[in-house]
Amino acid sequence: MPEPYTLSHATIETAAGPAEPMVLNMGPQHPSTHGVLRVILELDGEIVLKAKPVIGYLHTGIEKSCESKTYSQCITLTDRIDYLAPLSNNLGFCLAAEKLIGIDVPKRAQYIRVLLTELTRVSSHLVWLGTHAIDLGAMSVFLYCFREREEIMKIYEYVSGQRMMTSYFRIGGLALEPPPGWLDKVKRVIDAMPGHIDEYEDLLTENRIWIGRTKGIGMLSAENAIAIGASGPLLRASGVAYDVRKAFPYSSYDEFDFNVQTANGCDCYARYQVRVAEMRESLKIIRQAMDRIPAQGPFRAELPGIIPPSREEMKTSIEGLIYHFKIFTEGFAPPAGEVYQAIESPRGELGVFMASDGSPRPYRVKFRTPSFINLQSLPMLCEGRLIADVVACIGTTDIVLGEVDR
Amino acid sequence: MDSQEIGKHPVVQKLKSWDGQSVADVIEFRGETTVIVPAAQILRVCQFLATESSLRFTFLSDLTPVDRFPLEPRFELNYHLLSIENKQRVRLRVKLPGKDPAIPSVTPVWPTANWHEREAFDLFGIRFPGHPDLTRILMPDEWEGYPLRKDYPTEGIR
Repeated sequence: MPEPYTLSHATIETAAGPAEPMVLNMGPQHPSTHGVLRVILELDGEIVLKAKPVIGYLHTGIEKSCESKTYSQCITLTDRIDYLAPLSNNLGFCLAAEKLIGIDVPKRAQYIRVLLTELTRVSSHLVWLGTHAIDLGAMSVFLYCFREREEIMKIYEYVSGQRMMTSYFRIGGLALEPPPGWLDKVKRVIDAMPGHIDEYEDLLTENRIWIGRTKGIGMLSAENAIAIGASGPLLRASGVAYDVRKAFPYSSYDEFDFNVQTANGCDCYARYQVRVAEMRESLKIIRQAMDRIPAQGPFRAELPGIIPPSREEMKTSIEGLIYHFKIFTEGFAPPAGEVYQAIESPRGELGVFMASDGSPRPYRVKFRTPSFINLQSLPMLCEGRLIADVVACIGTTDIVLGEVDR
Repeated sequence: MDSQEIGKHPVVQKLKSWDGQSVADVIEFRGETTVIVPAAQILRVCQFLATESSLRFTFLSDLTPVDRFPLEPRFELNYHLLSIENKQRVRLRVKLPGKDPAIPSVTPVWPTANWHEREAFDLFGIRFPGHPDLTRILMPDEWEGYPLRKDYPTEGIR
């Protein structure tokens, strides 16, 4: 049985003699915690002596649920892990399953996947920027960011039929052919985005209050970031150029021309710079992907018994009908073995560890979610700083509590 | 891949030349290398892999158990190591018995293992002697049982 929470710092010296530190409970219901995060703070006046994150309020046992579902059914659960970047999660899961089975996804599907996950990165960073800014008192940035995010959500809806829980990527490719004219909609959004990003930067980059609230706050050195397992913008803002898209390219990322954005500030401001630069980089990738996506071609691989046949085939051939029925009732059985597939989600390294015992249901699925690990750095970021900085530090780690707790 | 090629992975070769006892077996699957390490050796092996100048596995990506109930040894513990400098990954695996599974904590090597090990303790009931704060992390403190074990029903215990 775990022990109850105890004070770690016995006494504080004050003019009137030794005193106890004050314990302040922040959350789980607190607007700046971006969900249900509880932080136990030990304070000496306004200085944070110790911060202890307490999590688990959103634990829904997704990994356990996966064990009783077929591989295809699990995809719908992955959307709900990180609800701000559903397509990144879909991609991580599908790539892991494809690696386990040994499927080559057609190039067309790969490029569409790249385009949509980069769009997801932009939309996720927009939510981060908006909420981080509102935490620190900049109301208008929040409204602008959500305005642009809405346009991206409309693209999700147009392509997959869903605004948030898209489940659009399936094992072997995509769920369905993207509707005609979708690239025009994407183009309209990404043509407008650079101007919008300039707009946010006008509001924030040289804003004295913004600089005062973020520069030199939440310091995380490169050694500490690696030791604590931080990934994504949190790691890159400490000057470590590690990006899964470059280090272990997946889904044809090696064919795209983009730079890994880093900053050396190690503080909240550096993370802001990295994320803003990443949005611009993502737009660059989206543009390249738009040029590459062939107009015609299969949107998913062909592998009878594992990947569902086309609608047409299912209705006209007896084999197609049987395969369709078998895939959706009993699923398919990959060979026994384990794989680990990492992708660069907007928050960092999203790893999917999948163990198969040769049955149609995954024996074990583990989601190495970046938020869970990045949140571990919170005490490092805010201990010794003012209590107001805790809000900046929580915001800057860009956690999604659904992903932390799974 | 034949058995000769399996041993050629640079990590396996380094480990073997450092201490032959540290590698019990090597598995290759889908281009990923899994090194099976005797449980008693794990801390030493991790320390070596993290500090050896040509390997530099300074980043622990993930640590996750798999429950092979009712087989014995029941638990497999997978350590996913990453070397940022060499762009290399390797998986270490130890096997633990079903009765009181325990293995030394790797938090002295990688502080990030703190929450990973708490999660493994919380959901699988594996103990990590040497861990600074081995308490439940996702489930409530007073929870009974270990939900991700295979003998724990999906719908919960009522």
